[in-house]
Amino acid sequence: MSLLNLTIAEAARALGAKKFSAVELTAAHNAAIAALNPRLNAYITVTPELALAQAKAADARIAAGSAGPLTGIPLAIKDLFCTAGVRTTAASKILEPFVPPYESTVTRQLLEAGTVCLGKANLDEFAMGSSNITSGYGPVENPWKRNGSEARLVPGGSSGGSAAAVAARLAMGATGTDTGGSIRQPAAFTGLAGIKPTYGRCSRYGIVAFASSLDQAGPMARSVEDCAILLGAMSGFDAHDSTSAARAVPDFGAAIARGVKGLRIGIPAEYRMDGMSAEIAALWERGVAWLREQGAEIVDISLPHTKYGLAVYYIVAPAEASSNLARYDGVRFGARVDGEDLIDMYERTRAAGFGPEVKRRIMIGTYVLSHGYYDAYYLKAQKVRNLILRDFNNAFEKVDAILTPTAPSAAFGLGEKMDDPVTMYLNDVFTVPASLAGVPAMSIPAGLNAEGLPLGLQVIGKHFDEETVFAVSAALERAAGFTAMPSVRAE
Amino acid sequence: MAYSLEGKTGTWEIVCGLEIHAQVISESKLFSGASATYGGAPNAHVSFVDAGFPGMLPVINRECVAQAVRTGLGLKAQINLVSRFDRKNYFYADLPNGYQISQFEQPIVGTGDVEIELQDGTIKHIGITRLHLEQDAGKSMHDQHVSKSVIDLNRAGVALMEIVSEPDIRSPEEAGAYLRKIRQILRYLGTCDGNMEEGSMRADVNVSVRKPGEAFRTRCEIKNVNSVRFVMHAVEAEALRQIEVWESGGEVRQETRLYDPARGETRSMRSKEDAHDYRYFPEPDLLPLVLEEAFVAGLKAELPELPDEKRRRFCEEYGIPFYDAGVLVAEQATADFYESVAKGRDARLAANWISGDFFAAMNRTGRSIENPPVSGAALGELIDLIADKTINGRIAKDVFEEMVESGKPPGAIVEEKGLRQVTDTGAIEAAVAQVLAANPDKVAEYKAGKDKLFGFFVGQVMKAMQGKGNPALVNEEVKKQLG
Amino acid sequence: MSLDSATVRRIAKLARIRVDDAEVGVLQTELNAILGYVDQLNEVNVDGVAPLSGGAQMAMRLREDTVTDGEQAENILANAPDRVGPFFAVPKVVE
Repeated sequence: MSLLNLTIAEAARALGAKKFSAVELTAAHNAAIAALNPRLNAYITVTPELALAQAKAADARIAAGSAGPLTGIPLAIKDLFCTAGVRTTAASKILEPFVPPYESTVTRQLLEAGTVCLGKANLDEFAMGSSNITSGYGPVENPWKRNGSEARLVPGGSSGGSAAAVAARLAMGATGTDTGGSIRQPAAFTGLAGIKPTYGRCSRYGIVAFASSLDQAGPMARSVEDCAILLGAMSGFDAHDSTSAARAVPDFGAAIARGVKGLRIGIPAEYRMDGMSAEIAALWERGVAWLREQGAEIVDISLPHTKYGLAVYYIVAPAEASSNLARYDGVRFGARVDGEDLIDMYERTRAAGFGPEVKRRIMIGTYVLSHGYYDAYYLKAQKVRNLILRDFNNAFEKVDAILTPTAPSAAFGLGEKMDDPVTMYLNDVFTVPASLAGVPAMSIPAGLNAEGLPLGLQVIGKHFDEETVFAVSAALERAAGFTAMPSVRAE
Repeated sequence: MAYSLEGKTGTWEIVCGLEIHAQVISESKLFSGASATYGGAPNAHVSFVDAGFPGMLPVINRECVAQAVRTGLGLKAQINLVSRFDRKNYFYADLPNGYQISQFEQPIVGTGDVEIELQDGTIKHIGITRLHLEQDAGKSMHDQHVSKSVIDLNRAGVALMEIVSEPDIRSPEEAGAYLRKIRQILRYLGTCDGNMEEGSMRADVNVSVRKPGEAFRTRCEIKNVNSVRFVMHAVEAEALRQIEVWESGGEVRQETRLYDPARGETRSMRSKEDAHDYRYFPEPDLLPLVLEEAFVAGLKAELPELPDEKRRRFCEEYGIPFYDAGVLVAEQATADFYESVAKGRDARLAANWISGDFFAAMNRTGRSIENPPVSGAALGELIDLIADKTINGRIAKDVFEEMVESGKPPGAIVEEKGLRQVTDTGAIEAAVAQVLAANPDKVAEYKAGKDKLFGFFVGQVMKAMQGKGNPALVNEEVKKQLG
Repeated sequence: MSLDSATVRRIAKLARIRVDDAEVGVLQTELNAILGYVDQLNEVNVDGVAPLSGGAQMAMRLREDTVTDGEQAENILANAPDRVGPFFAVPKVVE
């Protein structure tokens, strides 16, 4: 039996039944990583010995009868989560030597649940990107190929390393973070399920910050159920994060079986953008039909400020980032380039340590906050952000969840869409509004395009109603019966 | 009479406002659980939050918020039930995050009012514009290494209150009185220790000058002045400098300056390469600070009596002069000491003793009100001995000095040295008769109209009685025998 | 609004990122493309709309005032690129 194709839920049952050990499961993944990571570059840092030690501890826990649903499950951890004693780079050269002496809350909770850390997954530098090409440690290759082509495609981003690792069977699940679509878009590009929970559901403590008012951690896995299991362990109140919600964590897994009978599903007119590909439109129609067939009521809704989401995002996120990234100054941690004086040292350190996309965003963010431009850009964007939130609040008076495509296209090739930054930014057009409103949203694989690449549908829910998101997503998953696998994968 | 400066072109008026940075008294820092205590080994009072490590987040300290509210109430200011934190962005080696968390648009405390008293007794009101909470920075030291500056982050993240005044100050004296008054109020409230030497209080001084009746002219900001005296000097030096600039046909440039106490002048800070652009924006790691009315009311109910109220009460309750009351309430501990002595006794006598012999002994012995040269109980006992006529006031001074010297209780000293005053009229009659008999010429002069000699006779009698005669009885007897 | 090269240099200075002449030109083009894109917000009427600054809509929790952290100078200094004894070190600052 291959240990690499199991879902987390299946593996947990098998571990409990002693069909194989956690050490065996981890060793299989370590071997898969050794074989394929040099090609896919899904991990920046691999931790095979640490993983085996954790697996051994998991086996002891299983033997003692105190195992939980994640005990012994090997995961990829996005290299944006600080991990005590394990180098954490945020895919930036500026953090190349950084070994955190502390653990992020999300990864600490996962460790307490008994998971195994296989390594630190690649990403766009500081999570700024939709393709993983901005990583300071080289791009990640998408394990999926177009039919009959060996062309290298991007896995999406920023959680592209997490996505590629799970899709290629180099991990059973992964942590991601999502600021404007960084979990959902790579999930869609690699045939995975991934959820960005409500802002405040997962603690941000110990996650390298990109845009504080938008960043949220979430899981990526090969099934909706696996995401529910992972999110249950990742979420919960944390006193170290002032924006963490003091709410009980529901049983997300139980919501999977609810079904959609009687649920009202909104279809927002504004997501039918000019030039939407016929394939994406057809996929969306299919999703609508699946939900209707399972008893949901389909409701046309309007989210009138959707089209401004990207513009708001590309002001708010860089503004916060320009400030969040000021701490990388070569003084207390990370890389330094010496200079004639303090200012010279700062400027050389930051010029050498940050890649072009990060510099661009810091520059834009600095500009929109600068004297004389704040009102025109930042304040204006915050007001439109409020209108986007109102759109969702109004819609959720009429519907229980919203269905849209996840991304405007399937995975694209390395080197495509790179003419100018704005073209690349358009990847996030369907995912950004939920981030701005802080509502939960999930991407599930719903089919393949004509070239054999996976496409995703997005389910958006009310604040703190991940349960309905899981219920709808599971219904779509059942109907879609998505079983395709990438051509590059460990066996 | 209003303070003014005479220039070549006529009279000038000073316009001044202060921004006082006061370190909040708390156990831990504003946004982290590291100790806020002064001192400690380098970088020992530092958490990863204070050092700006990746992924670290601020969580606000309830007590710091309470301290700001208490201070706002003490300044008779508006408490804003909703306030907000912003980031002030700039790079500096001792600013770990590259931004300071402060309150820019919506401070926790709004407008208030402070009463100051000038030398001539004039009372003046200085408006408070606002008070906000913010983080302190760390400390850069430039003299520890030949080619490097070194950084200690122990202070980084300690809570500060910035108290901004209206430009209501019109003289160096007013500036000094205002700073002293703020310091006094904060110390009463227990919200800041006011220790300017350790840097727990410092002031940025905004100064401009104008001809009477004019609108405001350009101001300069003198940064980080760290004593009352320096603030007063800086205001004057800067005003004189500006007058000279204007009168020589120049224009005062808005800039940041430093006060150099050694030279007694202000100088321009080395102009930075780029003008400051702090790019304030709402701190996304924090939420709006929303206070319950009950929280504020609770703090208000527990507020101590403040110096102005205490001073008025002392005047009314103890019948002491306004000036004396001001001296006694200068420090909370002094006021408490006074009350412990005055309660149930002659309160005016207690006031005189404390502001006279007691303060003199405290200064002379280098002690403090917390560690006084004579305890309140002992001083009270001494005053009781005067009141019940065991000793007279003259002897009491000697007893007091002996108390300071030996630490013995006054009763024991009186007994030991036999200092009880003589109230036996027979003994007094005899002493007076003896003195008059010994000075027949003086008696004649007195009778010829030289009234002033009365004191001479009293003095001679007291001397003859080793100071122990009851002064009233001695007076009476001298008068009687002189006829 | 569009950026000239002097503004690009000023912003780079504020952000403490050294840029050479060639980079200024590229950044100018790219930043102007982004600003051109976000200019569409001018179409939106936001009269009477409050700005939304945070991701969470709730009041702030207050922490109790106890010392729970610190006393770990070695951990704090462990990642420092340069240090002098128990201090972080930077090129000498002349004030």
